[in-house]
Amino acid sequence: MIELQDVAVGYGGSELLAEMSLKLVPGSFHFLTGPSGAGKTTFLKLCYAELLPSAGFLGLYGQDARTMSRDDIAQIRQRIGVVHQDCQFLDHLSVAENVALPLTVAGRPIDAQALTELLAWVGLKAQMDALPAQLSGGERQRAALARAVIMSPEVILADEPTGNLDWEMSLRLLSLLVQLNKMGKTVLIATHDLNLIRQTKAQVSARVLRIANRRLQLAGADL
Amino acid sequence: MRFNPLSHERSTFDRIVPPTGFTANLTVLTAAAMAFLAVFALALSLASGRLADRWSDALARSATIRISAPPEQIEAQLRAVLDALATTPGIERYRPLDDAEMRKLLDPWFGPDLPVEALPLPKLIEITETAQGIDAEGLRLRLAAEAPGAVLDDHTRWRRPLVAAAGKLRLLGWLSLVLIGGAMAGLITLAAQAALAANGQVIRTLRLVGAKDGFIAGAFVRRFTQRGFAGAALGTLLGMGAVALLPSADQAGGFLTGLGFAGAGWLWPLALPPLAAVVAFVATRAAALRMLRGIR
Repeated sequence: MIELQDVAVGYGGSELLAEMSLKLVPGSFHFLTGPSGAGKTTFLKLCYAELLPSAGFLGLYGQDARTMSRDDIAQIRQRIGVVHQDCQFLDHLSVAENVALPLTVAGRPIDAQALTELLAWVGLKAQMDALPAQLSGGERQRAALARAVIMSPEVILADEPTGNLDWEMSLRLLSLLVQLNKMGKTVLIATHDLNLIRQTKAQVSARVLRIANRRLQLAGADL
Repeated sequence: MRFNPLSHERSTFDRIVPPTGFTANLTVLTAAAMAFLAVFALALSLASGRLADRWSDALARSATIRISAPPEQIEAQLRAVLDALATTPGIERYRPLDDAEMRKLLDPWFGPDLPVEALPLPKLIEITETAQGIDAEGLRLRLAAEAPGAVLDDHTRWRRPLVAAAGKLRLLGWLSLVLIGGAMAGLITLAAQAALAANGQVIRTLRLVGAKDGFIAGAFVRRFTQRGFAGAALGTLLGMGAVALLPSADQAGGFLTGLGFAGAGWLWPLALPPLAAVVAFVATRAAALRMLRGIR
């Protein structure tokens, strides 16, 4: 579904990432870690084609991302759920409208009951008519997760989803991602929180990748 | 208010672009002002066209011969002129004006009681030309030889510049319409670009959740097209009202008082709001797609 072969990303003459190879297998759970500025967000942007590689092959659902049209990329993004660090909501729309936004842009009908159940699953049923600005940090992240999964994507990418949350809220969000993985979804989480990774590995078989020196490598035995 | 999926899809699409007072007002006001001006440009064009046609039709096929001679020679010269006209090609008909017609012509200056018979007035002969027209220079030469007191006035000298002026005025009116349309497109493009720039985050979010360019552009285009249409409709109505309040041609009879629409001409301004909507559609779509090319 997402495959990188010797991918490099350059910007302004300098190479940000190099020799990246990874194949996300259906149903797998990956963590991507590394120090701040190592390129975790850049790597995730590659995975949903917000960035294109300067070298190597990036395959999204069997297609070469560099030859895909803009509409093809939009279509692919409907099959990849992304939880951004800053959530990125439309602040003038309600939580329910934001969560249902992928359905709206895809022109798909909205099942009110399914939407309510989804919001209840992330614990936001009572806030469905609130505006995003009225939500706490944890609620915003859970709303972003609900939006990421509403199209039933095969892959869920999360960029520092617990970055602004306390420990308890982080565990709660992570348990939702673990549940999704147990439903068969492929999950890739970029995080620098090693404790969170250790906590999760007790619940699910996860592979931990690290970006160091612009390259992707398997993390050490401590993780 | 609870979430209602039945009204959600349409209403969310309509509201995806957040309301922005500045660009909304700018678009509506621009379209209204431009449509108001366009109504006047249209009225000017149509009035100029009518005027040019009227002058051309009324004067194109008519001419006059004036005979100014001593009283004892005037009848002889009149006969000579009539004989000459009878053999001149290009003349459909001709006739000397009688005293009653002469009195009618002089009424506006001297009043109805003028004793025309007692005055040494010149004789006038009205000529109607055929479609081919007369050889004015040839006739003048012949009249000079056979009736030295006769002068041919074929109206050309003053008719041509007037018709040309009316034609140019009509052209200026149409040119004004084109310029107004261009200015409206430019201003709506600026307003659309301002709205697009202000909503950069909205556009990026929509792209990230899988929106295609057509969907995103459509959300902006729909809004700006509605605003362009509404503003132009308002400006057109105001412009038509202002034109309707101008004095009518019948009351004063001059060119400026004839500035307006006649009959089916009143339908022309009604095309302005749809045209403004088309201009807004094209301008906004081009601006939106241009901006989207910079966002993956």
